Amino acid sequence: MELLRKLEILADAAKYDASCASSGTDKRDSRKGGLGSTEGMGICHAYAPDGRCISLLKILLTNACVFDCAYCINRATSNTPRARFTVEEVVGLTLDFYRRNCIEGLFLSSGIIRDPDYTMEQLLRVVRSLRLDHGFHGYIHLKTIPDADPGLITEAGLYADRLSINIELPQAASLAALAPEKNFADIHTAMGSLRGQIADAKEARRTEGRAKAPRFAPAGQSTQMIIGADASDDATVLGASVGLYQGYGMRRVYYSAYSPIPDASAVLPPRAPPLVREHRLYQADWLLRFYGFGLQEIVAGGEAGMLDLAIDPKLAWALKHRETFPVDVNSAPREVLLRVPGLGTKTVGRILATRRHRGLRADDLARMGVRLTQALPFLVAVDHLPRQLDGLHLRARLTPAPVQASLF
Amino acid sequence: MGYFVTLPAPADAEAWRNAARDAWRAGIAPDDLVFQVAGDTGDLIATASNPAPRNDAPSPLVPRDFLALAEVAIRHRDPERFALLYQTLCRIAAGERGLLDDAADPAISRLRDMAKAVRRDAHKMHAFVRFREIEGPRHVAWFEPDHFIEEAEAGFFIRRFAQLRWSITTPRVSLHWDGESLSIGPAGRRDELPPADAGEALWRAYFRAIFNPARLKPAAMRSEMPQKYWKNLPEAQDIPRLMAEAPGRVRAMVAAGAASPNPNTQRRRQIMPASVTSTDGLAELRARLLAEPMPEWASRSTQPVMGDGPLGAALMLVGEQPGDEEDLAGRAFVGPAGRLLNAALEEAEVPRDALFVTNAVKHFKFTMQGKRRLHQTPDAGDITHYRPFLREEVRLVAPRLVLSLGASALRALTGRAMPVTKSRDLQLQTEDGVPLRATVHPSYLLRLPDEVTRRTERQRFVADLARAYAEARGANLS
Repeated sequence: MELLRKLEILADAAKYDASCASSGTDKRDSRKGGLGSTEGMGICHAYAPDGRCISLLKILLTNACVFDCAYCINRATSNTPRARFTVEEVVGLTLDFYRRNCIEGLFLSSGIIRDPDYTMEQLLRVVRSLRLDHGFHGYIHLKTIPDADPGLITEAGLYADRLSINIELPQAASLAALAPEKNFADIHTAMGSLRGQIADAKEARRTEGRAKAPRFAPAGQSTQMIIGADASDDATVLGASVGLYQGYGMRRVYYSAYSPIPDASAVLPPRAPPLVREHRLYQADWLLRFYGFGLQEIVAGGEAGMLDLAIDPKLAWALKHRETFPVDVNSAPREVLLRVPGLGTKTVGRILATRRHRGLRADDLARMGVRLTQALPFLVAVDHLPRQLDGLHLRARLTPAPVQASLF
Repeated sequence: MGYFVTLPAPADAEAWRNAARDAWRAGIAPDDLVFQVAGDTGDLIATASNPAPRNDAPSPLVPRDFLALAEVAIRHRDPERFALLYQTLCRIAAGERGLLDDAADPAISRLRDMAKAVRRDAHKMHAFVRFREIEGPRHVAWFEPDHFIEEAEAGFFIRRFAQLRWSITTPRVSLHWDGESLSIGPAGRRDELPPADAGEALWRAYFRAIFNPARLKPAAMRSEMPQKYWKNLPEAQDIPRLMAEAPGRVRAMVAAGAASPNPNTQRRRQIMPASVTSTDGLAELRARLLAEPMPEWASRSTQPVMGDGPLGAALMLVGEQPGDEEDLAGRAFVGPAGRLLNAALEEAEVPRDALFVTNAVKHFKFTMQGKRRLHQTPDAGDITHYRPFLREEVRLVAPRLVLSLGASALRALTGRAMPVTKSRDLQLQTEDGVPLRATVHPSYLLRLPDEVTRRTERQRFVADLARAYAEARGANLS
């Protein structure tokens, strides 16, 4: 099969993984040899019309797979065309795209062929060649096979910036039903082991100095959950996320709306992906991590364990807690300001810095990047007192006009 | 009376800084000073000059942050940037020390917006420059930035492609790296770029294949990759077609419905090797535990935590369940309660490595509270679920005495709910007839609020440990 056709098949097979981050690893460059650099900040080199960024060359080594996960286009019983790259082909494509400045590096994953150790070893051959034969300093994200030999995982951590194992679904029962070969508990065990090694390497670098310490995935680990393939509600999804962030120090939990795939399994026939739900989950995820909200608070903003799809979760929470508003933008502490709709972490920082010098007015807030329509009903400023906080129409006024139905 | 300063280049921060310093020392007000760039608008005012600074005047004192802001904002194409910076310099030097913190001040917010636009432009340059390879080999690119950023961003490409030879040409200037040093050349033209090659066709094929037609979100794409960049991005040539075809592709997917399973399945039976091959009875027990269906909460834990210690140990300690640290380490009693247990054992002169230490429940049961996984007491059903494994563990270790720590362990070993305090001095038996004694769980001691009770209770706990160990080693068993 010619290389172009293989690339089409194996990129198509990889596109359901939402992860694209290329940030947060150690700083490297090529002035002393090799190719490439990482400078902390990730770079999105292109955007596809699906709105997703293209930062890494995201491909599978092969889409042949002995697992039969119902949600996956590459499952064993799918009729999708199969292909397999050679190690040299992946290395060649990565280096060529990198020299063109099209990518930050490689995100390599694979279907399970033969057994987990064999598959992991094939992935390792690619990254070993990139790092050792070609002095490649770009970013590498490697999908980790949960049951592979610990020695292989340790080597993977030596070359990869980030390792990831997908949790796939938020509950053990869903995973058992849709991915019979995968095991919820085994996935947690593997994540626990990655967390331990990542933490050990970080600690060793801090205490022994950079030169001596062994490297292990300096950009940490991440995972992905498919949304809408099983019946789990948002409370379950977010509960699982909180456990993953806290228990395993995840850098990111990605939510991927289950998307119609060609050649879908009879268990999960094609239907529109719940894109708004995915968006609301990301917003909730941010509120949990950076805005001091608790899981119960976020979930209570919606109804029956599901987030409100019409408005964002912070506004939903605020509308249900009108008694805590309005707050005075000139005196409220940081953690209170973070809960005001329309204020982000950056704008709150600017408010705190500026109000040390003078009282803030509404048009000051506009210049600082505050979204006034959202924020003003909840804020008091020098020249502003909100009136409509008790009004029944507040929700209607703040709900964005429904977008025209798309596609179906 | 107006003064004029001519700067040698549009983003020469050093030249601006020198000129601004001199002007300030000469006492020139912002409204009386005009900056221009050499070569712009035909040097209409080349004859004018600013007066020499008074040598006795001090230099203006400004915070470091202002210099950092000026260095970036000066690359903006807005012709007013120099004047705006000078005006801000004069305000700060005149005593407005906190001015930079005032994000709502019109001048500061405008300067910050300029710096932001420059940074975004630089970031887009890092992202959207596309090289083509020509003979040499040499990598060449054409790029059209919005602001005067080329010289400042050369360093990024040097660090990234230090071992290649490359050129980036723009409508204003060109950068050339020969593998050792950078040279700045004249502007170029877009039509001088070499034609596409086969590698570029591969990149475009990748771009088409990674796109998911079921998630068409063109506004999100345009906000991050504005259309003005498209003409210089080879992959962007495919965007209109991908967008036009997407709805049809999705309709076809939905119409096709579910597929029948491939008869030539990739699947093989029994491909997963058994993860445990050891003949050790405890390892087999662990494998059996893993193979059996477990409660939902247990599958969220990291791993089952089995007991630790020598088979044939005279004394076996049974606690409740692993905690946060045990769950991650895979070993029993290594967290706060474990450290307290170790201290108490030492005080009782009982060597921990002579004991077998385990838990009634083998997985960590927790609830999330804020940033922590908080221990949750196992219920009767949980204890019952793990009882067969605990009984088997006791059978394999074959201790002379079992000491239960806390109520959950006592319940698991006897099969009955019994109060620990009333059972403490009794000689009990497990369900299978192994001699059993009961004491509190070390975490009980951690929870006691007042110092005096804690000390007494701790002494009792140490005494219980010592007595159990003595009994297990001696013959003092009924």
